[in-house]
Amino acid sequence: MSANAVRSRSGIHGHETASGWLFTGPVLFLLGLFLVIPVLMALWVSFSDWGGRGSPFSAGVHFIGFDNYSKLLAGGGLAEQDFGTSLRNNAWYVVLVVPLQTALSLFLAVLVNRAVLRGRGFFRTAFYFPSVTSSVAITVLWLFLFSSTGSVNKLLSYIGITGPNWFNEPSGILHDLLGVFGVQNGPAFLTGGTFLGISWWDWLAGPSVAMSAYIIMGIFTTSGTFMLLFIAALQNLDRDVTEAAMVDGANGWQRFWQVTLPQLRPTLFTVLTLGLIGCWQVFDQIYTGTQGAPDKTTLTPAYLSYQAAFQDQGWGQGAAIAFILFVIIVFFTLFQRWVLRERKVSRRKMRPYLSVGTGSSGVPAGAAAAGQPPAPDGERQ
Amino acid sequence: MSITQSTDTAGTKQDLVRRRDRNGTMAATSVLYAVLIALAIVYIFPFLVQVATSFKSETEAAQSPVSLVPQVWTTAAYRGLFAHSDFPVWFKNSAIVTVCVTLGRVFFDSLAGYALARLHFRGRGVIYAGLIAVMSVPGVVLLIPKFLVLNQVGIYDSYTGMIVPLLTDAAGVFIMKNFFESVPISVEEQARIDGAGTFRVFWSIVLPMSRPALMTIIILSFQGSWNELSHFIVSTQSPALTTLTKGVASLASGQLGGPTQYPLKLAAAALMTVPVAVMFFIFQRRIMNTTEGAVKG
Repeated sequence: MSANAVRSRSGIHGHETASGWLFTGPVLFLLGLFLVIPVLMALWVSFSDWGGRGSPFSAGVHFIGFDNYSKLLAGGGLAEQDFGTSLRNNAWYVVLVVPLQTALSLFLAVLVNRAVLRGRGFFRTAFYFPSVTSSVAITVLWLFLFSSTGSVNKLLSYIGITGPNWFNEPSGILHDLLGVFGVQNGPAFLTGGTFLGISWWDWLAGPSVAMSAYIIMGIFTTSGTFMLLFIAALQNLDRDVTEAAMVDGANGWQRFWQVTLPQLRPTLFTVLTLGLIGCWQVFDQIYTGTQGAPDKTTLTPAYLSYQAAFQDQGWGQGAAIAFILFVIIVFFTLFQRWVLRERKVSRRKMRPYLSVGTGSSGVPAGAAAAGQPPAPDGERQ
Repeated sequence: MSITQSTDTAGTKQDLVRRRDRNGTMAATSVLYAVLIALAIVYIFPFLVQVATSFKSETEAAQSPVSLVPQVWTTAAYRGLFAHSDFPVWFKNSAIVTVCVTLGRVFFDSLAGYALARLHFRGRGVIYAGLIAVMSVPGVVLLIPKFLVLNQVGIYDSYTGMIVPLLTDAAGVFIMKNFFESVPISVEEQARIDGAGTFRVFWSIVLPMSRPALMTIIILSFQGSWNELSHFIVSTQSPALTTLTKGVASLASGQLGGPTQYPLKLAAAALMTVPVAVMFFIFQRRIMNTTEGAVKG
């Protein structure tokens, strides 16, 4: 809204500036007081030596520059090691949960969206219900299901597998897998070097068995939400393009990859981004469940930040962890946006379709790749 | 002109497709159902186990963790929950917070959404951009900051501190703004020409028309504040102000070393799920569409 437009409409909308600010006032005040100001305060705390007593703005609190940050990123002490461990744990969580929940939710959406399906509402409800319940309730349930005498191990015992004591098992699943082949220690070039206080060999340990239970939970609880997004997107698809691909002889598998999926790109981006943002913020589950144990393998940056500030009174360090986490989330979101950006189709690839002039604003690139030579388009003869 | 053409071709296309698919259809449909039913069992089974276990005794819960029918029905877990824990207090606190937060969000979000959609005023663009920026701040970054401000303002460990910071959310403002932009403006203009003030128009004409969007806000904020945990961790410490999420979480991590008390914990988790579950089954259709609207906004 340009200033010009405001002036030209001032006849009927003359008094709206006052009401506009009055109407948005409460929201602005609340968001300002409980979001903007807190972030600025925490930013200050992350650069200070405040210990939790009195106001962080009192005279006794000093500016200490990047000390809190450098202790985490290059301190060489326990702080760096814990932070490295938490990043390792959370990174594995992200690497496994984001792709799996995206694939699963898309799979569920495609199944539920089948035209022949009866009882669609029932299936949709069943898959979505876990998303409605609170993370605390689900975690309590998970602690039982994955306990040493719990349901999961009972089911595993039916097929002759002795399940682990999930939430008390700190070994990384990739290390366990290598252990099956007799590899107990990593090669020297991996065990020698370290990053953030953790050896490269330990970075590659994979999520611990305990963390894997959380990973399964993450996929279980969020796939329903994202399924709804995919269903909505599937229902808005351009049916002409899909039917054209059918006529051209593309089978279901080809149609999905070459026609449907390219059209789902915006939703895919939304789901991946929301998943990525959510997965870097694992907190409730850890707080309710293992609180970082066993052997710190379920420690996440979010929980570490809370622990450092509220339990160990290291407020500057806790705030610093939160801001590093913030930067990580922003970085990955931008990176993902860049990877999934709309690529222009080259003119050479487009040429066979330009003359046909179907006029539908669909995806010529998708139809082109559907595996068939550009048959004389049956539609517009 | 294109209408007749497209119906014609649609007919031939469907014939083609039908001919090709007929043989595989039966088998494909059976496989589809088999897969869907298997998945549905995976998704529902945990909750059935949860309810069943809450009616089992401690030993039975450990011995037969997958049976859906207790050999001996007992309500010991539920009685223990009400007799020996603060469960009723937690429930009351969660209810108070949820009701206040939901009412607040309905009012403030629609007020701001209306201003952004309808009123022409200097600074609107800035406010809009600011809200977008605020929405992108990850919640977990706010744990420490929120505590700092609550402490500084002097409302730490009070209902005020629990409720007021949750009273508004940028996402809700966007949902309302999008809704207002989708309804025709003519009725309001008429009222305005008749001399009604801006708030009057909003309150007695616009709000009654916006029931669908308001329901969305109610559902989202009910679910959001009932399930909220981290805000209550950083805003309260006294047992009298503990909410369900915080209380059940302490129950879960509490008695380490002692008996596992799984029936009790699962009973607590099941009870705390009841209100959102009821909400879910009443407003199912709307909730399923809610997520769509929220993200599209």
